[in-house]
Amino acid sequence: MIKGKFIDNLPKIYGIYTGGFLVFIILMSIAEQAGMSKELIGIFFVSFTVLIYALIGWLSRTLQSDAYYVAGRQVPTVFNGMATAADWMSGASFVAMAGGIYFKGYGYMALLVGWTGGYVLVAALLAPYLRKFGCYTVPDFIGTRYGGNLARFCAVLVLTLASFTYVTAQINATGRIASVALDIPFNIAVYVGLASILMCSMLGGMRAVTWTQVAQYIVLIIAYLLPVFWISSNIGAGFFPHFMLADEVARIAELEGQFGFVKNSAADMATVPKGLAQITKAHSDVNATPWAFISLAICMMAGTASLPHVMMRYFTTPSVRTARRSVGWSLFFIFLLYSSAPMLATLSKISLMDPNLATGIIGKSIAEVQALDWYQNWNQAKLMFVSDFNGNGTLELNEFFMKGDAVVLATPEIAGLPYVISGLVAAGGMAAAMSTADGLVLAISNALSHDIYYKIINPKAETAKRLIVARILLVLIGFAGATIAALEINDILGSVIWAFDFAMSGLFFPLVLGVWWKRANAAGAVAGMLLGLGSGTAYLVWVKWYAGAGFLGITTNTFGLVGATVSLVAMIVVSLITEAPDSATQKMVDDVRVPSGKTILGKQ
Amino acid sequence: MSKQEQHWEKTRGLLFITLAIWFVFSIGIFLFGAEMQESSIRPFGYPLTYWFTCQGSLAIFVILIFWFAGRQEKIDDEFGFTEREGDQ
Repeated sequence: MIKGKFIDNLPKIYGIYTGGFLVFIILMSIAEQAGMSKELIGIFFVSFTVLIYALIGWLSRTLQSDAYYVAGRQVPTVFNGMATAADWMSGASFVAMAGGIYFKGYGYMALLVGWTGGYVLVAALLAPYLRKFGCYTVPDFIGTRYGGNLARFCAVLVLTLASFTYVTAQINATGRIASVALDIPFNIAVYVGLASILMCSMLGGMRAVTWTQVAQYIVLIIAYLLPVFWISSNIGAGFFPHFMLADEVARIAELEGQFGFVKNSAADMATVPKGLAQITKAHSDVNATPWAFISLAICMMAGTASLPHVMMRYFTTPSVRTARRSVGWSLFFIFLLYSSAPMLATLSKISLMDPNLATGIIGKSIAEVQALDWYQNWNQAKLMFVSDFNGNGTLELNEFFMKGDAVVLATPEIAGLPYVISGLVAAGGMAAAMSTADGLVLAISNALSHDIYYKIINPKAETAKRLIVARILLVLIGFAGATIAALEINDILGSVIWAFDFAMSGLFFPLVLGVWWKRANAAGAVAGMLLGLGSGTAYLVWVKWYAGAGFLGITTNTFGLVGATVSLVAMIVVSLITEAPDSATQKMVDDVRVPSGKTILGKQ
Repeated sequence: MSKQEQHWEKTRGLLFITLAIWFVFSIGIFLFGAEMQESSIRPFGYPLTYWFTCQGSLAIFVILIFWFAGRQEKIDDEFGFTEREGDQ
C-alpha cells in the first residue's frame, strides 16, 4: 500500500491514521451502546492513543545527529505546521483555556490575542533567519552569532529556566488526565505520564517528536472540535457555532442581568473546596482596563517569539522559504482550536444557565441537581460543588461552583453527549499535554547535550557518545520535572504564564537584535540576558513573596515587561561602550539576511 | 548601494509594514475596547471587541503571516536571492 520514501507518503499515512482514529471512535460508541462501562471507555481511549504515539516514537528511532536534533531538516511545511501547533498547544490551552474564558471573560482573552499575535513576530523577525543559520538549538544561534562560551551558557540558562517552569505544568497535566482516565492515584499517574512522554522522544529525538506531534495534533483537534459542533447543533444554536452564537452570547448577558452576581460571604466560601469558583464576571463585557489587557498580550507575544521549543520546530524545515510559510500554517492550525475555545465557553455557560434548556441547572432545586449523574461524578473528582447558602432550596448562580478545567472535561456530559465524547476529550487533553512536554524536554536536553556537553565540555565527542548523553539528560530532566510536578506547587496555568515572562526577559532582545542589529556584540548580549532575566525574576519575587506594591500596574503575570526593558537597555548600552563585532561576524549577519547560499553552520 | 543592501532595505520596509498591521490588531484596537464594544458594527451579531478577541484579530494574524511570506518571497526573487536546490 505504501511505496517509496516516508516523506512522500505523509498525506496518505496520516490520512489512514485519521480514518483509523475515526473508526476507533465509532467502535467505542457502539461498545458504549452495548453496555461498556465508562471507566473502560476512558481507559481504552487514553491507552490506545498513547500506544500509537509510542509506536511512532519507536519507528522513528535514529542514530544520526541530524535526525535526532532537527529531524533531518526535511519536514514539509504543512506537517511542520501541525507539529508546531501540537507542540504549542499545551495542556493549558486544551484543558484550561475555555475555563479561563468562562470565568474571567475579556481580561483572559488577552492570552488568546497574545498567543496568536506572537507568531507574526516569529515569522517576521526570527524563524527564517534562524533557519538560514542552520543551528541545532537556540543557544547554538546565540553562541555562534555573538561568539564565546559565556553567551552560549547564558542562553542555555534562560532556556532551561523558562522551559522547565513550563514542563512541570505539562507533566502535571498528563498526570491529572491519566489519573482520572485510568483511575489511579495522582502521584503514580504523574510517572505514567512521564513514561509515555519519554517513549515518544527518547529513541528518535526530534524526528520521533515531529511525527508523534502530527499524530497528537490530529487527535486533539478532533477531540476539541467535535463536542463544540455537536453541542451547538444539539441545543439548536446553529451547525457552525463560530458564526452563529451571537444570540447565545446576548442571552447569557440577559440571564446574567436576571440572576445578578451575588457575592458570597467569607464564611460560606470557606465551605467551598479549594480551586473551585462561581461566575463573577459578565461573559462578554469589557471588564479589564486597556493597559491590563495590552500588557498581558505584549508579554505573551514576546514570550512566544522567545520560547525555544517553538523556535526549534522551524529548524526542521527543508528551506528558509518553507520555514516562513510553516509559521503561517502553524498559526492556522492553532487558530482552529483557539477560535473554538470561546465558543465552547459560551456553549457550556448557556447549557448550565438557561432554564429553557433541558440541561440548565440554575433555578432547579438543589436536591434535583445533586441527584444528577454527572454532578455526582465531577463532585467526587472535586471539580464541582453546590451548596444552598440562602436556604431557599433552589440553586442560584452564586451557589454553583466549578473548577476551570471542568469546562472542557465536563461540558460534553453536562450537555448530554454520550460518554464516548468524554473519553475522546480525555485523549485529546493527554495528546496536548504530552506533545508540549515532549517539545520542552527535548529543547532542554538538546541544549544541555549539544551546547554544554558537546560545544563547551567535550568538542571532540563522537556522534554516538553525544546521542547517548542527550538521551540520558532527557530521562533525567523528565524525572526532575515529574518529581516537581508531583508536589503540585502552582496550578497549571500560573506556571505557563511565568515561562513566557522568563523567556521574554532573557531571550527576546538578544535573539531579535542578533539578526536585526549588526552592532550587537557578545558583551551586550550577555548583559542583556543576565540583567533581563535577573531583573524580571527579582520583580516577580518582590511582588509575589515580599508583598511588593509593584509599579505601572505590572503584575506577577507581566513581569517580563520589566525584564525585557532592562534587557534591551543593557544590551544597547553595553554593546555601544564595547568594541564592535569583528568583520567576520558582520559578514555572518549579512549572510543570514539572505535566504540563498549555504547555511552558516553547514552540516554539523 | 550593493544588491544586498537594497534587498535588506526592502526587507526592512516589509517588516515595518507587517509590524504596523500587527500592532493595530494586537495592541492598538484594545486601547478602545470599551468604546468598540458599544459600536453598532457587530460582525456575525457579536459585540465588536468580543469578536476581535474571539476571532477577528486571530484570523487577521493568520492572513498577515501568509501575506508577509508571499511578499518576502517576491523580494527575494527580485534580487535573485531565492534558494536553489542543493543550497542547504
